[in-house]
Amino acid sequence: MKVIRHDIVLVGGGGAGLRAAIAAVEVSPETTVCCVSKLYPMRSHTVSAEGGAAAVAGSDDNLDLHAYDTLKGSDFLADQDAVEQFVQEAPGELTQLEHWGCPWSREPDGRVAVRAFGGMSVKRTWFAADKTGFHMLHALFQTSMKYDRIVRLDEFFATKLLVDNGRVCGVAALDIRTGEVTAVLGRAVILCTGGAGQVFPFTTNAAVKTGDGMALAYREGVPLKDMEFVQYHPTGLPGTGILITEASRGEGGHLYNNEGERFLVTHDYGVGNKAELGPRDMLSRAIMREMEAGRAFDGSYGKYVHLDLRHLGEKKIDEKLPFVRELARNFVGVDPVHEPIPVRPVVHYMMGGVDTDITGATPMPGLYAAGEVAAVSINGANRLGSNSLTECLVFGRRAGEAAVRFAGDCADGDERVLVDQAEAEHGRMDALRNKVGGEQIAVIRREMQASMESGCGVFRDQGSMDATVAALRQLKGRYADIGLSDRSKVFNTEIVQAMELRNMLDVAEAVAQTAAVRTESRGAHTRTDYPTRDDSQFLKHSLVNFSPQGPEIGYRDVTLTRWTPEERKY
Amino acid sequence: MSEPRIVKFEVFRYSPEGAETGEGKWQTYEVPCPDDYVVLDALNHIKDYIDPTLSHRWSCRMGVCGSCGMMVNGTPNLTCKSFVRDLEHPIRVGPLANFPVVRDLVVELESFMDKLKSVKPWIIRKVEKDVKYGEYLQTPDELDSYRQFSMCINCCLCYAACPVMINEPDFIGPAAIALGFRYNQDSRDEGEAERYAVLAGEHGVWNCSYANECSEVCPKHVDPAAAVNREKLVSALQWLHILPKKGA
Ligand SMILES: Cc1cc2nc3c(=O)[nH]c(=O)nc-3n(C[C@H](O)[C@H](O)[C@H](O)COP(=O)(O)OP(=O)(O)OC[C@H]3O[C@@H](n4cnc5c(N)ncnc54)[C@H](O)[C@@H]3O)c2cc1C
Ligand code: FES
Repeated sequence: MKVIRHDIVLVGGGGAGLRAAIAAVEVSPETTVCCVSKLYPMRSHTVSAEGGAAAVAGSDDNLDLHAYDTLKGSDFLADQDAVEQFVQEAPGELTQLEHWGCPWSREPDGRVAVRAFGGMSVKRTWFAADKTGFHMLHALFQTSMKYDRIVRLDEFFATKLLVDNGRVCGVAALDIRTGEVTAVLGRAVILCTGGAGQVFPFTTNAAVKTGDGMALAYREGVPLKDMEFVQYHPTGLPGTGILITEASRGEGGHLYNNEGERFLVTHDYGVGNKAELGPRDMLSRAIMREMEAGRAFDGSYGKYVHLDLRHLGEKKIDEKLPFVRELARNFVGVDPVHEPIPVRPVVHYMMGGVDTDITGATPMPGLYAAGEVAAVSINGANRLGSNSLTECLVFGRRAGEAAVRFAGDCADGDERVLVDQAEAEHGRMDALRNKVGGEQIAVIRREMQASMESGCGVFRDQGSMDATVAALRQLKGRYADIGLSDRSKVFNTEIVQAMELRNMLDVAEAVAQTAAVRTESRGAHTRTDYPTRDDSQFLKHSLVNFSPQGPEIGYRDVTLTRWTPEERKY
Repeated sequence: MSEPRIVKFEVFRYSPEGAETGEGKWQTYEVPCPDDYVVLDALNHIKDYIDPTLSHRWSCRMGVCGSCGMMVNGTPNLTCKSFVRDLEHPIRVGPLANFPVVRDLVVELESFMDKLKSVKPWIIRKVEKDVKYGEYLQTPDELDSYRQFSMCINCCLCYAACPVMINEPDFIGPAAIALGFRYNQDSRDEGEAERYAVLAGEHGVWNCSYANECSEVCPKHVDPAAAVNREKLVSALQWLHILPKKGA
């Protein structure tokens, strides 16, 4: 068994992971970080973020306003101490990215420009045209190359946390190139594995967003928080689910139904004069209501509405939204300069994740998490667009620094114990690769996704959620009987898919079960049988713990500091 | 939706293990393709429902992560952007040319990663400004002078198209040169002198025969050939001491 030892083990090389890695080596001149990533870091899904990253910039803005917008967007489920910390550190982090070469779009005088975004009361979203995540990720990745103390294991798949006496001291990682398992040991582990949109059939998320980090932590007894809150983005392309960024509305785009009405203005969907710049949960519901009322268009992939950018003109579209134009032309054959874009709600983001405090620490000693895999929580029941790229930076750095502090204060774990666990993983991989069985990975995955859409979609009710819970139980049983056909070790992507499916089934179950017992509507969790918010019972985070019998669910009060929860009306 | 049509694919298969070793072979698959299928969709259909032993890389499915570059009917392309309906059948899908093959459609990228790093693709400054003093000012024109060269998604199509790569595998190649040039052009950077040795060195710009193939296949219109050419000009002038090196 190959054993690699570093101070800190990082799983994930997206925005959050790379920020954590750089923070760790910058804060401590000797620390070494080993970055385990199933993709080359610059392929991470942060690359696809389009619209921008939020932080107070202009003289018309202030930290309290950013905090208030975020809390209101979250339907008051975000922790107020975390949000305060977040908005305070956000401008410095985006400036830091500027110093590292991120090509932010500029004002004529050379200052960084900002744009409007949904649920934000003033312009505070920094952007690099409409390829913000791409530029941020490449700037971070290229900057990380400066440090020889950041050691990468590219295309290594983390399969298990290695735990000694309740403390995490590394991960077992499958080298996809060779099929061998390596024990990657360290005194602290940071999970930055991103979200889990792939548990749904129709999503903006890449194939690799399978909730691995959530499942890894969950199976070792770390609770997942607020898993019932899944964000639907209002404007995805039908068929592929490719995202058309909110920046297109931030720059002035409008939504129309099949009667030519700007329905967010002509009907009362609670967004007031914010109209197209209302928060995502409300806009997604409004579009679904339009569909139900027969006011949507019919296409080969079901119903859709129109996003019209034509009045912005070719010059502005090319300058501010070139990627939107490229995507719409390539994937639906529509040039937004001349025609409206067909759009519909699409699964986009997991508000929930591994339970952490504001330093990124989870309840398990030595284990940290940041980025979409984590729930600090600044997003509560509904994330505001452009807060999550910033979240990756703010809490990536915090987790990196906290992990260094933790690692400095403790001894190495017991190598024998840890390597034994990795050996067992190796055996498990060999068995899985050679597994014979009657069930197919792709079929179980498809049924899981369909069941999540029918039970945990934009609108939910007890009956449909209970049916999904039951279906998932049954799919987990069937998973035990999957068969694999690829017996080779070198770049075997079938075994990777098998492990991802297991992770997704655990995550899906956590989503469905927490959703089924939250008998209220809040943010993205909208129940037709309990249509109102219930602060007396549910101003609380859900926490779900793994047990062999099935998920165990508990609750924790939301942290309030200076803002009293109020009705969410715009 | 109209009925999917059956399309024939010839896919390159190679494995360094077991019976598959040797030169590799072309395997034929018949795939039901709806009208809006891209080549990647067809590969995923094969993997999911016909032959789970096929290995290929992909992730974003929206032309931005750079994972899915392959030879499609002999030309380097992003398979997530290549529509089946626009291609001649049967469709031949092979691994990117000019890279060693790891397995099936997966190529070895380690040397490419080393080349990227060799051009020091990060902002180099004599004195760093503290973040508390705010951003470096950069006008829209200054941004425009390097923006295009910052669009590279590292998909490596340009290496697969580059005729120099065939005989000079150590040539740092179009994407790495474009990236080095991108930082040299950035008004915030002072590292040109540090990059000179690599960009103008033994494996640098002077290997390029200006075939322009790289720019033709680039899916993001980075135009690496222009970067190579301009870097050649700059380094020639610097060698003649007509131009100073930024940061020297
Ligand atoms: C299309 C799209 C557009 C978006 N636009 C915006 C926007 O404009 N503004 C905004 O604020 N947010 C946006 N978001 C959300 C935001 O981009 C993401 O939440 C954020 O980038 C997540 O970053 P991350 O670092 O947490 O994860 P990722 O970037 O997804 O990285 C995850 C990393 O973990 C690694 N990994 C995962 N599992 C394993 C494993 N088992 N073993 C080893 N490695 C593993 C992967 O290789 C990868 O490196 C957008 C999201 C999408 C999908
Ligand atoms: S899958 Fe990302 S570029 Fe094709």
